[in-house]
Amino acid sequence: MELNFLDGLARSTSRRNFLQWSGITIAVAAVGCSDNNTGPSPATTVDLGSGDTGILNYAYALEQLEAAFYTQVVASFYAGASAGEQTILTDIKSHEVIHRDFLKAALGSAAIADLAVDFTSITFTDRSSVLGAAKAFEDLGVSAYNGAGKLLTNPDYLVLAGKIVSVEARHAAAIRDLLQANSFAGSDVVNANGLDQAKAPSEVLTAADVYITTTVTANNLPTT
Amino acid sequence: MKAKTILGSLDADLTAQVVSRRGALAKSGKMAGALALASMPVAFGLMAKSAFAQAGGLPQGIIDVLNFALTLEYLEDEFYRSGLNAGVIPADALPIFQTISAHEAAHVALLTGAISSGGGTPATKPNFDFTAGGTFPNPFTDYPTFQALSQGFEDTGVRAYKGQATALMANDDILTTALQIHSVEARHASAVRRLRGQKGWITGNQSGIASAAVQPIYNGEENTTQGVPGIDTAQFGTADSASEAFDEPLTKDQVLAIATPFIVA
Repeated sequence: MELNFLDGLARSTSRRNFLQWSGITIAVAAVGCSDNNTGPSPATTVDLGSGDTGILNYAYALEQLEAAFYTQVVASFYAGASAGEQTILTDIKSHEVIHRDFLKAALGSAAIADLAVDFTSITFTDRSSVLGAAKAFEDLGVSAYNGAGKLLTNPDYLVLAGKIVSVEARHAAAIRDLLQANSFAGSDVVNANGLDQAKAPSEVLTAADVYITTTVTANNLPTT
Repeated sequence: MKAKTILGSLDADLTAQVVSRRGALAKSGKMAGALALASMPVAFGLMAKSAFAQAGGLPQGIIDVLNFALTLEYLEDEFYRSGLNAGVIPADALPIFQTISAHEAAHVALLTGAISSGGGTPATKPNFDFTAGGTFPNPFTDYPTFQALSQGFEDTGVRAYKGQATALMANDDILTTALQIHSVEARHASAVRRLRGQKGWITGNQSGIASAAVQPIYNGEENTTQGVPGIDTAQFGTADSASEAFDEPLTKDQVLAIATPFIVA
């Protein structure tokens, strides 16, 4: 029952309707400096694609965003960051960079370009601003993977998404408790049935849009 | 009927999900499904689409997975209720365990309702021995033991749900619900681990618990080869951070081997 990971990826890539990409300009001109991620320059517009590849690119986009955020957090911690907080944020940064780089490697030539990010709404010198943004990113990531699971057709990718989402949930719980004790699974994210949030890509991308300069289109993602 | 319990506690989130689900179904032209959803109570729509859309209820394979999950939730639910009743938990940690306990009780109710409305028979609650035959003496009088077992049960729960996800792919709603439970178990695990002075995530196959009996819960977590044929994720960080970045699934048999010592009958 184990399908070949890369074969599956190749299949879904070749299935992709070429026309879906026509009219989409993947900018090759750099619009600004990115992180130290070696790869395509930040794009002005990307389309996530279709099928499982599209969902993996959707995950890759979110991981790019998280990795860029924590890279900036760790580069210069907010005033008064405790040793414990620095350890947590450094660990999370490492995890998100690994998620990002792994997905990029797995997607290969199907990977979207580097996204240009905009964190001007975050005050990186301020604890509550940084942790508030971290909480938003982690909770959003959890809801995104939870909502995307049913959109995948390759069981290997579903397991892969499952391996990542529970780590995002561990992050979310830790960050939330730094902000407020016993909020690790607060009623704002876990409902009365004991269920975490699950959001559709459209909802997630709308929420993430404020942090992404690149125009990300997702019109060809599966919806069921 | 058990499902009424679910209906009674239904909140706006669930309703919104069902509404969006209906929209998606209508858009994709699955009108039969959309009509079926429109004419049934929302909780039934969420949890038991197949029971209504497919004659004969949920496939046995899905019922089996739900009953497997229910058994684990029974274990967690009774564990936390026993701990709260026994007074083993210090006051400052009560809110954490009260939150977790409420979620586990909700999971029991949700799964029981889903199995019933899907045409299955919910598994009966086993009798539990939280000492595991004496391996963990005094789980409800010794707080460190209680905490360690809590961590072990939560980390097991995460791996157990993850391992069953592919068996639920035939039913989008149940798969999504299972994923929504899965990430809540991970939130619990992180909080309890941190309460114990551990990281919220699992490094290598380290349990952080001074008992070899829990090691099967952590074996395999050191994996850094993701995907088939595989990409070594340690190249993007370190072996430790790469193992932390991905949680690993357990098979049903592996989970049962972990849970069985706590089940008397």
